[in-house]
Amino acid sequence: MNDIRMGIIVAMLAGGVFFTFVSAVGVIRLPDVYSRAHTASQTDTLGAGLVVGAVVLAYGFESEVIKAVLLLVFIFITNPTAAHAVARAAYEEGIEPWTEGDERR
Amino acid sequence: MLETAFLATAAALVVLAIVVLYRAVKGPTMQDRVVAVNVLGTNTVVILALLAVAMDTEAFLDIALVYALLNFLMAIAISKFTVKRGDVI
Repeated sequence: MNDIRMGIIVAMLAGGVFFTFVSAVGVIRLPDVYSRAHTASQTDTLGAGLVVGAVVLAYGFESEVIKAVLLLVFIFITNPTAAHAVARAAYEEGIEPWTEGDERR
Repeated sequence: MLETAFLATAAALVVLAIVVLYRAVKGPTMQDRVVAVNVLGTNTVVILALLAVAMDTEAFLDIALVYALLNFLMAIAISKFTVKRGDVI
């Protein structure tokens, strides 16, 4: 494995950990369920996408790369859909969005 | 060398998943808990994919695929059956 590929893999792993960290901070710190669903889907898609992309690069031309690409596609499709469904369920239950001045929930 | 990088990434993701567990325990509404468990499940899928490379066990990729689909099904089912009536998607 040459050095350029290893450097790209390590950079993608670091980026994925960074975006997952942003997602964790957002889920802990943001004030209501809608903003939490937003940060969970957005940065979790990017973080998981970068890390699974690094897995794909590490495998190279082998048959396992098909499973890794399928995993990437499923994560990209299902994660925003699940966040949308959860946010819509919260809206149907009558949870008010947080506005400035409210207390944090 | 590369295995060390993958294992270190997996360890960092485990720590972040434990941090997210706080929101799943505390979260005031049910939807907060679902969002937190969804993030945790995605972290688990990514950790499984990392371990498949680091430990050279290709079966973990199959388990990760099944886990990703079950995770999606969990979020959809809970958000569908907690609303009294109406369509979620």
